[in-house]
Amino acid sequence: MTTVEPIRLLLFLVGAASFVGLNAAYLVWVERKSAGRFQRRAGPTEVGYAGLLQPIADAIKLMSKQLIVPPGADRFLFRMAPVMMMPPAIMAFAILPFSEHLVAIDFNVGLIALFAFSSFNVIAVMLAGWSSRNKYGIISAARVVSQNVAYEIPMMLVIITMLLVSGTLSLTGIVEQQAGAFWNWNLFNLAANPLMPVTFIIFFICMLSETNRAPFDMAEAESELVAGAYTEYAGMGFGVFFMAEYANIIIGCALAVILFFGGWHSPIGVFPGVIWFLLKLYLLIFIVIWVRWTFPRTQFYGLLNLSWKILIPVTLFTFLLSSVMIKIF
Amino acid sequence: MMELQPVHATGPQETFVLNLGPQHPATHGVLRIKLTMDGEFIKDAVIVAGYVHREHEKMGENRTWAQFLPNTSRIDYLSAMMYTHAYVGAVERACGIQPPSRAEYIRVITSELNRISSHLVWWGAYLLDLGGMTPLLYAFDDREKILDLLEALTGARLTYCYYRFGGVLEDVDDNFIAGTRAFVKEFRPRLRMFRRLVSENIIFRKRVENIGIIDAEMCRKYGATGPMIRGAGVPYDVRRAEPYSVYPELDFEVATDPAADSMGRYKVRMEEMEQSLRIIEQALDRLPDGPVMAKVPRVIKVPAGEYCYATEAARGRFEVRIVSTGKLIPHRIRLRTPCFGNLSLFEEAARGMMLADGIAMMGSLDLVIPDIDR
Repeated sequence: MTTVEPIRLLLFLVGAASFVGLNAAYLVWVERKSAGRFQRRAGPTEVGYAGLLQPIADAIKLMSKQLIVPPGADRFLFRMAPVMMMPPAIMAFAILPFSEHLVAIDFNVGLIALFAFSSFNVIAVMLAGWSSRNKYGIISAARVVSQNVAYEIPMMLVIITMLLVSGTLSLTGIVEQQAGAFWNWNLFNLAANPLMPVTFIIFFICMLSETNRAPFDMAEAESELVAGAYTEYAGMGFGVFFMAEYANIIIGCALAVILFFGGWHSPIGVFPGVIWFLLKLYLLIFIVIWVRWTFPRTQFYGLLNLSWKILIPVTLFTFLLSSVMIKIF
Repeated sequence: MMELQPVHATGPQETFVLNLGPQHPATHGVLRIKLTMDGEFIKDAVIVAGYVHREHEKMGENRTWAQFLPNTSRIDYLSAMMYTHAYVGAVERACGIQPPSRAEYIRVITSELNRISSHLVWWGAYLLDLGGMTPLLYAFDDREKILDLLEALTGARLTYCYYRFGGVLEDVDDNFIAGTRAFVKEFRPRLRMFRRLVSENIIFRKRVENIGIIDAEMCRKYGATGPMIRGAGVPYDVRRAEPYSVYPELDFEVATDPAADSMGRYKVRMEEMEQSLRIIEQALDRLPDGPVMAKVPRVIKVPAGEYCYATEAARGRFEVRIVSTGKLIPHRIRLRTPCFGNLSLFEEAARGMMLADGIAMMGSLDLVIPDIDR
C-alpha cells in the first residue's frame, strides 16, 4: 500500500483540481445560460457552439489582466486572501465520496474534516475585505463574519441531528446506511425524524448562506456594496474567488446529497454510482442557480433574524424530536 | 473615491464617510451621496448633485421657442412625452392656441403609454436594487412593445419630440391604434403576473414594508410629488388637481396608498399602470376625427408676460414657467422637476437607516439623475 499511496495522492490532486476548475468554469456557463432562460433571453451564444467556449475566453481574459494592488492596501494579506480561499476547497474534495471506490481518503471523521475545511473560506473573504482597504470591503467583511457565525449554528445542529440518525462520522458510512431504494434515503427517513424534509430545507438555506449565494449574498450585494470584499480585486485574484465560490457550492451540494439523498445509491438500480451522485449533485446545484435568479436579496438583519429566531429554534426542535424518536423506536 | 486616512492620525473614530457614487450600481447614473456611517447605519447623508448638469434652463434663453422643444424631452428621458407636453402647453396657453381635440386625445394616449414604459423601467430597476435580477428583463420585454409603437409613430424611441405648438407632428395610423389596443389587452395579464411573482414575494415584502417611511408632512416640506405623496395617502395628481388637456373627460382613479412606506409607493406605481391602461382604452374609444394641428403662425412670438403649465409626469409634478418679453427667444424658462424634490427628502428620511434599507428607499424614489441636475 505504501508504494501506491503517493501515486494515489498525486492522482487525487490532479483529479480534484481539474474537477474544481472544470466545474467552476462550466458552472458559470450553466449559470449564465440558465439565467438567460429564466430571463427570456439566449445567454452566451457567440464563443463556440452555444457559447461553450465562453468560460475559456473569460479565463484567458482574467489571466491576461494586470494584477492591481490598491494603494494603502496590505499587500501581503491582499495577495494571500485568494490563495487562502482555494486550498481548503480542494482539500475538502479529498473526503467527498463520489462512489464506493472513488474517494481519496475515507476518513472516519470525514464530516468534521469537511466542516473544518469549508468554514475556512470566511477567513479568506474577511481578509480580502479587510486588506483591500476599501470601506465597502470592510462592511462586507463584517457582514460575512456575522453571517457565517449565525448560520454555522443551525447547520451544526442539522449535522448533529443527522449524526444521531446515522451514528457515524464517516461520509462513506453515512451513504452506505442509505443503501437500497430511495425510501431508504435519509430525506425520507421519517421514522427517525418526521420533520426530515424540514431539516433538509434548513440545511439547504444554511448552505446557501454559508456559500454567500443569493438570496443571502450579503458579502457581494452589488447594489449596496458594489462587489463587497472583491471590489478591489482585478484579473485572476477575482477569478480565484469566483472559482472558490463555485467549489464551495459543489461541496455544499455534495454534502446535501451524501446526508439526505443517498449519495451514490441509485433509486432504480441502473448505471454506476458515480453517475447518480453527479446527477443528484447537479440537480441541487441547478436549484441553487434557480433560487439566485428568482429571488431578491434579503436584508441583513432579516438574514440574522431568520437564523437566530427561526432556524435555530426549529433545528433544536427537530434535534430533540429525532433524539426522542430514536430512543422510542 | 475613498477618503483614506490613517487610523492613528485621526484617533479612534466611531463613524466613517462612505461615498455612495458618483459611480455606484444603485445610484443609476451619476448621483453622489456622502454618507456618514456608524457601522451599517446611516447617520447623515449629504446629497451632491450636479454631475450631469446641462444648463437646460440657460439654453432656453438663447434659442427660439421652437428650438427649445427638443431639450424638454431630454430632461427626464424616461417620461419625455409629459415633459414636452408641459412646455408645449405653456407656450400654447401664452399664445392662446387651442390644439384640436384629436391632437389632445393623441397626446393623452402617448403620454400614458410613456408613463407605463417609465414605470416599467422603475419596476425593473427597483427589483435590481433589491437584488432580484430577473424582473428587469420581464419589464423590458413589455416596455419594448411600447417603444416600438412610439417609434413607429414619432420616429424616436426615448427622446420624443412629437408634441408641437398647436398639436402633434403626425396623425396616428391604424397600425398604432390596433397595436395600442393589442398592447393594452396583453399587458393586463402581464401586470397580474408581475403582482403574483414579485409583489407577493415574502423576501420582497420584508424588504419594503415599513421601510423608508415618508409621510405626507415630509413630502410637503420638500415638495415631493407624484407617487411619493400619493404613496403617503394624499390624492394629489396634477391630472385631477389642475386638469389639463382632456383628462377631465376621462374616467380614472388617482391611486393612493396610506402606508407611506416603500411598499406604498410601489403599490401606487403598479396601480397607476393599471389606471393608465384604462385611460388609454377610453381615449382610443373616444378618439375624434379631424385635424391634429391647429393654425399656428410660422414664427412663434409669445406675448410678454409670465405663463406656466404643469403636467403629471411619471415621477410627479413637472411645471414649466416661461417668461416672455415678446421677443423671438424666451427671457427665462424655469423647469420645476419632480425628482429634485423627491431626492431632497432623502437626507432626512435616510437618517438612522441601515445601508441596504437606505438603498431600498432610494430605489422607491424612482430617481432620474438628469432630471435632478437638469
